[in-house]
Amino acid sequence: MQDFSAAFGLAFSLIIGADADLIEIIALSLRVSISAVLLSALIGFPLGALIAVARFPGRQVAAVILNALMGLPPVVVGLLVYMAISRAGPLGWMNLLYTPAAMIIAQTILVTPIIAALTRQVVEDMHKEYDEQFRSLCIAPQRVIAALIWDSRYSLLTVTLAGFGRAIAEVGAVIIVGGNIDHLTRVMTTAIALETSRGDLALALALGIILLILALSVNAAVYGLRSSARRLAYA
Amino acid sequence: MPASLSLPLEVDGLCYRAGPDLLIEKVSVTIENAGVSVIMGPNGAGKSLFLRLIHGLLGPSAGEIRWAGRPLDLETRRRQALVFQKPVLMRRSVAANIDFVLKPQGGQYRQRRDQVLHQAGLYRLRNQAARLLSGGEQQRLALARALATDPDVLLLDEPCASIDSAATLRIENLLRQTRERGVKIILVTHDTGQARRLADDMLFMHNGRLLEYRPAAEFFAAPSSEQARAFLDGKIVI
Repeated sequence: MQDFSAAFGLAFSLIIGADADLIEIIALSLRVSISAVLLSALIGFPLGALIAVARFPGRQVAAVILNALMGLPPVVVGLLVYMAISRAGPLGWMNLLYTPAAMIIAQTILVTPIIAALTRQVVEDMHKEYDEQFRSLCIAPQRVIAALIWDSRYSLLTVTLAGFGRAIAEVGAVIIVGGNIDHLTRVMTTAIALETSRGDLALALALGIILLILALSVNAAVYGLRSSARRLAYA
Repeated sequence: MPASLSLPLEVDGLCYRAGPDLLIEKVSVTIENAGVSVIMGPNGAGKSLFLRLIHGLLGPSAGEIRWAGRPLDLETRRRQALVFQKPVLMRRSVAANIDFVLKPQGGQYRQRRDQVLHQAGLYRLRNQAARLLSGGEQQRLALARALATDPDVLLLDEPCASIDSAATLRIENLLRQTRERGVKIILVTHDTGQARRLADDMLFMHNGRLLEYRPAAEFFAAPSSEQARAFLDGKIVI
């Protein structure tokens, strides 16, 4: 118990003292996860909206597959990306293994189904409301999709947040393709795993506390934004 | 009053079936007159369904619809605008709701938008969220958006059903101005007073069938069907 108290004390001193290693790990974590979420949003918003709006054979199957992919095991994704980008893999020539880019790819694969599946649900609900009006106005399908994405932007912020939550807390995939290399690919989750196994609970705890603070801050910001939007009747 | 380019509307043997129920039954009518045609009848008469069918939002189970001799294709539908009973407004500002239909036309769309908003008496509210408007203002915005597309034919499905009398008056004034510009108006209502104020000719529907199509003055003076007489007398028509 005493060790835990000491660890908490150390954790706070690292945070307050803005420890350089700590800052580096946090910065890389944010860079990797934000990049992955942005890429996922770029793919997931239109993909989810397309499945919500378009009528094509196999649409229901596509929706089921998308929902199922939300539960992709990170280690399996990590393994598949590893096989693809390792020297013997089809993308080996790109020399991506054990780089932040590899971690971004792995997290993008994990987060895209979450964003696409939740976007489909949000957009489908809005489409039910707008559909007759859009058909009456003879709006082209691509404009319908763009309008639905724009008009559900505040709900899609929450969707993005869900994706960010998955990315920032993910450890299995990034440790396989990133390798947890100090000053290169070490992020908060992989550092927590490593420091815990080495018995350095202070750094692990500091990172854990920051992870929680980050998650809380992002949630609070999005909640505030959505509340304002609802108050202004845009949501 | 100039004649609409989309007339006449020819409906021949129109049927609409939903499962075992025949909701529109062999409706045939030719509307040649400009001005306001009002479709009236009790709830469940098929008025809104008929409006959606002639606009192409629903496909008929049988029968034909032609506007100015043309089938109901995309080109024909682009010359029409429909205002729903419950206005469907986008989660945007008043001005952005109008911009949405004007932007694809390019050019000086802001000028046209401001003109339409002035006409609807909504210019001072242009930056407000559309969904914060009152019921009457929302319906005027829906009407303004429809008019912004510069339609030949304006279809309205009980636009004043859930708004107060002052708001109704403003909508009716807008409709009169629109009629004067030569836009053909087809209005669904079960408000007898509104029909008397606006109609040039009347269509009376009951149980999916068209019972009467006559000039409004004749219809109100001496309706020929028993159901229309009862409806105008304020009796409950089932």
